[in-house]
Amino acid sequence: MAARPESARPDGGGLLGWIDQRFPLSQLWKSQVSEYYAPKNFNFWYYFGVLSLVVLVNQLVTGIFLTMNYKPSAAEAFSSIEYIMRDVEWGWLIRYMHSTGASAFFIVIYLHMFRALLYGSARKPRELLWIFGCLIFLLLMAEAFMGYVLPWGNMSYWGAQVIVSLFGSLPWIGSGLVEWIRGDYYIADATLNRFFALHVAALPLALVFLVIAHLMALHEVGSNNPDGIDIHDHVDEKGHPLDGIPFHPYYTVKDMVGIAGFLLLFSAVIFFAPTFGGLFLESPNFEPANALQTPPEISPVWYFTPFYAMLRAVPSFAGTQVWGVMVMGGAVLILFFLPWLDRSPVRSIRYRGPIYKIMLGIFVVSFVVLAVCGLKPPAGIYPILGRVCTIAYFSFFLLMPWYTKYERVKPVPERVTGHA
Amino acid sequence: MLRPLLLAGIGLLAAGSASAAEGGIPLLKADIDISNTESLQRGARDFMNYCSGCHSMKYLRYNRMAEDLKIPQAELEHNLMFTTEKASDGINSAMPADAATWFGKLPPDLSLMGRERGADYIYSYLKGFYVDKARPWGVNNLYLQGVAMPHVLWQLQGLQKPVFKPGPDGAGGTQVELVGVEPMTAGTMKPEEYDRFVRDITNFLDYAGEPIKEKRQSMGVFVILFLLAFFAFAYLLKKEYWKDVH
Repeated sequence: MAARPESARPDGGGLLGWIDQRFPLSQLWKSQVSEYYAPKNFNFWYYFGVLSLVVLVNQLVTGIFLTMNYKPSAAEAFSSIEYIMRDVEWGWLIRYMHSTGASAFFIVIYLHMFRALLYGSARKPRELLWIFGCLIFLLLMAEAFMGYVLPWGNMSYWGAQVIVSLFGSLPWIGSGLVEWIRGDYYIADATLNRFFALHVAALPLALVFLVIAHLMALHEVGSNNPDGIDIHDHVDEKGHPLDGIPFHPYYTVKDMVGIAGFLLLFSAVIFFAPTFGGLFLESPNFEPANALQTPPEISPVWYFTPFYAMLRAVPSFAGTQVWGVMVMGGAVLILFFLPWLDRSPVRSIRYRGPIYKIMLGIFVVSFVVLAVCGLKPPAGIYPILGRVCTIAYFSFFLLMPWYTKYERVKPVPERVTGHA
Repeated sequence: MLRPLLLAGIGLLAAGSASAAEGGIPLLKADIDISNTESLQRGARDFMNYCSGCHSMKYLRYNRMAEDLKIPQAELEHNLMFTTEKASDGINSAMPADAATWFGKLPPDLSLMGRERGADYIYSYLKGFYVDKARPWGVNNLYLQGVAMPHVLWQLQGLQKPVFKPGPDGAGGTQVELVGVEPMTAGTMKPEEYDRFVRDITNFLDYAGEPIKEKRQSMGVFVILFLLAFFAFAYLLKKEYWKDVH
């Protein structure tokens, strides 16, 4: 965008006028908020975007305050967490907001992604928007994993041991790569120190940039909606979509309700069940890292367990475990291809036939069952259940080009149907 | 009213993740109450007298404990502080660093045992010692096989003997399964007295794991009430604005 001559810039009075002559403040506010037209028929599923933003801010702010008192060294990390929990004013609240926020982040992101599967939000022209989202998810996993190591409890230690060793299964470069990641011959002070650097500086910075890119892409192409139709096909004389309403004030006040509802649940966990029965904060992590003794069961935090279960579902073959690692990585990478796997003429599940609904149902069930399998020791029914659900998970994506292309769909309405 | 409801709801959600004891013997219910200050005071006293000789509780400061449990300054200094003069110190044990050679392992710090293993485990463990001649201290534990700790409280509780059930062959073969314990000799305390004694220590360990717990929960009630009011106003505001969306 070329710079505009002074005469072409807005000439309002006062402080705002002074700023607008030098920075496009009013213009940004109008184009991105008060005159950004969003479909009027957003439903419950459309809260999770703004909630991800709320949780991101929560993590950034509480993270900054934790950093002020946390010591990223193997000798002091565990004690510094207890210092925060006991001696720092409101430290316990800040820490619980951060630890609960990590789980909340994955809950809202998973529901946000599920929304895209419901209403075809990844479809053209929103492919890049979806890819930015997938990158955010991938980075978030790295961010959460490294954050989990920082308290330097015994589960932190052995979790890091297991996850970092996965890279060791890669052919040729494996063992060298693992050593390079750890910075030592085992998980040690050097590992903790670099994970801290990545967790508080590199990854959050990248996350924030990607979130901005995600929002820019969204505002470039416009929001999808539960009917999966383009609201810009029908506009009034001013060019505003007939089925659109300005984001502000309509969605700012509506999102406030969603945020209040979210904060109710979030606070209930923080104040009454911060460990959430050992799911959000695992009991073995209240024991300091001990290189000589593993916890009774090494299992990752709940939000990784679906992928962990897929890793374990694949048996070793030809003397290497790399296949499981590939399947686990593939489970995340396959998400990126969703916009091209879906060949349905319609976007929204409302106008698709029964096959997509059944496949999506199977996908959701298998994802939840995988999450349970990953939490349980690999014995009894769980290994076979893990395998069946891994196949179901991949079938949803890999068979999609066929079952979406040949499925009979219902006619799509011209205009959006109803609003909440 | 609100708090038990919330706790129950969250408990339901989190159900199924509670861990069972090693070896499959179900844990006893500790049935503790962190709002019972007298129980916590007794637990603190008993911990200092029976446990703190070997076990430290380094993340809990004496003065924090005194403040939370409403223990007077003089009482604290004369009867509870054995290893230091400074009330702002953490609770340290009298164990020298080479104590590991006495027991096979160093007695663990108990600051976070309540959070690591849970109250039910601690309560069960303290009631789970039984006579086992094969062990160095003559005792084993129903809930922690091969326990390294001697039964420090045996004079209070008396000794217990193991109860075995014949193995899967049903014919009373050599395969036997440990299923419980039963009293063998009487202690100086009656069983109910010992239960209360152990419950008080468990309560104190649970408190020590997270001293803020009680305040956190009572504060939470107000946070939830505020958010309910905020939710109501946000909802009304939304309805007002959305009147003109058709």
